[in-house]
Amino acid sequence: MSETTASGNIDVAMGRHIVSPDSETKETIRVSTTEMDTHPVFALEDVSVYYGAFRAVRDVTLPVRPREITAFIGPSGCGKTTVLRCLNRMNDFVTTARVEGTIRYHGVDMYDPAVNSTEVRRRIGMVFQKPNPFPKSIYDNVAYGPRLMGTKKKADLDEIVERSLRGAALWDEVKDRLKETGLGLSGGQQQRLCIARAVAVEPDVILMDEPCSALDPIATARIEDLMREIKDRYTIVIVTHNMQQAARVSDRTAFFTTEINPESDRRTGVLVEFNPTEKMFSNPDDERTEQYVTGRFG
Amino acid sequence: MALTTPSDAGATAREVIAASLHRRDRDVRGIVLATLLLAATAATLVILVTLLTQVIGESAPYLADRGTEFLTTPIGSNPDQIGIWSGLYGSIGIGVIVIIVAIPMGIAAAIYLEEYADQGRRVTQLILVNIRNLAGVPAVIYGVLGFIIFVKWLDPITSGDTVIAAGLTMSVLVLPIVVITSMEAIRAVPQGLRDGGYGVGASRWEVVRDHVLPYAAPGILTGTVLSLARALGEAAPLIIVGAITGFLPETTLTEKFTAVPILIYRWSGQPQPPGSEFSFTAAAAGAGVVLLVLVLFFNASAIYLRNRFEKVRVGQ
Amino acid sequence: MLTISDLQGSRSQRRAELVSRRLFQGAAITTVVISLLILFVLFRGAINFLNLVEWDLGLLSDNGWFPRRERFDLRTIIAGSIVMGSVAMLVATPFGLGVAIYLSEYASPRVRRVIKPVVEVLAGIPSVIVGYFVLRFVAPEFVTPIFNPATQNNMLAAGIGIGVLVIPIMASVSEDALAAVPNSLREASYGIGARKFDTVVSVVLPAAVSGLVAAFIIAISRAIGETMVATMAGGFDGAGLFEGWAPTNRGLTMTAAMTNAVGGTDQDVGGPSFEVLYFVGGLLFALTLTLNVIGNRVVNRVREKY
Repeated sequence: MSETTASGNIDVAMGRHIVSPDSETKETIRVSTTEMDTHPVFALEDVSVYYGAFRAVRDVTLPVRPREITAFIGPSGCGKTTVLRCLNRMNDFVTTARVEGTIRYHGVDMYDPAVNSTEVRRRIGMVFQKPNPFPKSIYDNVAYGPRLMGTKKKADLDEIVERSLRGAALWDEVKDRLKETGLGLSGGQQQRLCIARAVAVEPDVILMDEPCSALDPIATARIEDLMREIKDRYTIVIVTHNMQQAARVSDRTAFFTTEINPESDRRTGVLVEFNPTEKMFSNPDDERTEQYVTGRFG
Repeated sequence: MALTTPSDAGATAREVIAASLHRRDRDVRGIVLATLLLAATAATLVILVTLLTQVIGESAPYLADRGTEFLTTPIGSNPDQIGIWSGLYGSIGIGVIVIIVAIPMGIAAAIYLEEYADQGRRVTQLILVNIRNLAGVPAVIYGVLGFIIFVKWLDPITSGDTVIAAGLTMSVLVLPIVVITSMEAIRAVPQGLRDGGYGVGASRWEVVRDHVLPYAAPGILTGTVLSLARALGEAAPLIIVGAITGFLPETTLTEKFTAVPILIYRWSGQPQPPGSEFSFTAAAAGAGVVLLVLVLFFNASAIYLRNRFEKVRVGQ
Repeated sequence: MLTISDLQGSRSQRRAELVSRRLFQGAAITTVVISLLILFVLFRGAINFLNLVEWDLGLLSDNGWFPRRERFDLRTIIAGSIVMGSVAMLVATPFGLGVAIYLSEYASPRVRRVIKPVVEVLAGIPSVIVGYFVLRFVAPEFVTPIFNPATQNNMLAAGIGIGVLVIPIMASVSEDALAAVPNSLREASYGIGARKFDTVVSVVLPAAVSGLVAAFIIAISRAIGETMVATMAGGFDGAGLFEGWAPTNRGLTMTAAMTNAVGGTDQDVGGPSFEVLYFVGGLLFALTLTLNVIGNRVVNRVREKY
């Protein structure tokens, strides 16, 4: 998937996403039609997110492909977390938040009034920046989701818990102390517990909001390994402020930046480029991307 | 290191500085203020101690004489032979009704305001302001409300001026306190806990039930205990609702009632009948001791609970 | 590809969500209903009373509050509330504020841990017991020897009792106001070499002044709303003639007038001596509500400032 290409033409043939900067503004992104036809998990079209009257991020159009890791990178305030939280309707809890444009999940408009946001979050799980295990036992943390969904029998739950903890590369470390509180684990272990908890309900997608920013480098490396392991079962979208992490882990990367809104003098986020990761970091299309990934700003 | 001999001017300067740093200013005003403040605090303690001493002191011989009979005998006309049972019955009844009615309703309202309602909307803010105002309404006004609503309008349910009506009246009185303390407890729940629940697809009710309420439970319990103490100590609303201070034939839920604070109120001013060994004021003191024990026990438990669970939270 | 119905969730789950939401909302709305009922009851009763006395309160001609003789001199009861309230604040302010400043600025954490619970215990003492304390100690052993009043029970003794009751609330709201003053202000003052006295008096107190005013207003409201001490120790047994503004006189508060309207074996429900309950209650409610709203507004403004 991460082939280096000499020219954009091969990208078209392979059905990969192209960035063709609008000749006038160089700011909007066009998506090739072949891309949308192959059923992306998410299809965002001209999405803007407002908090009240303030436009936090604008004109986001990109697909998220199944069984890939898609990374959102960019300087702080560029809206990458805002967009991520729209993907599982977590922004519903901010009463002033408003989404314009369309976000389709497997073809369905996620913000259609008939859509039940709880159901959405059962299919699209989330792991947060600061590990937040429940103040319950390790076992009950992982079993919580399946219990909600109706699984009652101990044998079934035991199996799910083991499977999920194995899937989060945590089983060997905790298998003898499942009844102990989840809060007694180290930061990195807690985060893997949160991943196990998310995995236990067998979601379609896992969203990760800077999952390693509160962890030390060793714990970070373990989680990155984990992400690569579970990628073939879940679609993953990860927000990270660590460019190298995006380069190491993701298949495709979306780069956001901020621009000053001339009317309000506040910064609005905007999607600059969306490309296979290899290309983003070696030969990006947009000059701003190149400046960011080479560390010249941000 | 330069080995320069300090000049005389330098030495003098250093001495002056050293002297000024060591000078103890006679800060008269500061001492006076600190003393006054300490005195005010000490005086407040003294007031409390005096009050407790007075009540306990005046009740001691009486209670020593009457013993536990004091708790089980109904009221009457001879201080040597009366007890607070009639009042205890009413007070316990009121307490039970408050627990059944006010606590769940208060917690439910707090859940709505913190977890479901849109805090930005005017309507929500109005409800919040209204609750704060209700918390400041004098107790006697709630008595008036209870008299009309529970004694008169809801007579079929409460049978008039009964323990049930009194309990409902006190429930309305403590409801704002329960709501406010529960709201504070719920607000203290870390957002990460809710996020974790939503992140695995729990619904809002499931997050409240499984995560918010268990975490907020100690704080809610504290508020519950405090409001119970308040409900047991108030007398004014009960006077308006119709508590009996004279002879009470029997203690039932559907007949006239009284409560411990009412007995204290009445007996405090009643003259000693000729021929009796003890005075009504001694009986009032005795009832006061019982009430104090109850109320202070509740308040102390609430403070203890709050401190203990605060430590657990912070330790986490 | 999915359809919308795939993302709708099960019907039973949606119903549970709706039911729980409505239940909680109902509980919250009940609090509004309570307020409306209070307003209704007081207003209707007050109008009824005024109709009974043909809107002629005899404010200017009558002397004294004698409901059973249909003499409703509002001056008597309002003056009673004012005098007792003032005495109460004279007691509560120095002690309450003093405790608050001491705990906030001077006391070590160990001392705080002892004193704060004590103040909270004082807050929990029922008003009947303070009334008893006034009757049996404050009036005979303190007020009478020192001030030599005409009667043992008077507005001064009752006012002192109310003041004691109000000390905790004065202390706690004041302490919140002082705690809200950011430490950076104190550090700035010490940083230029000011002493503690100057810091407290010239920096902390002025910064906290609006919160302290709020504490004062809330405490006044509480003092005026106090019933039991005023009824037990005010000196009048539910009816009386205005004796003058000196606190050593006997006095009748609005709250005591209310309990008297109800009590006694000669209850005349429907008659003016009973129905005046609503009228006085309405006055009391309006007065305390106004004070509370002003006090809360000030508290909120303090919170926003910091």
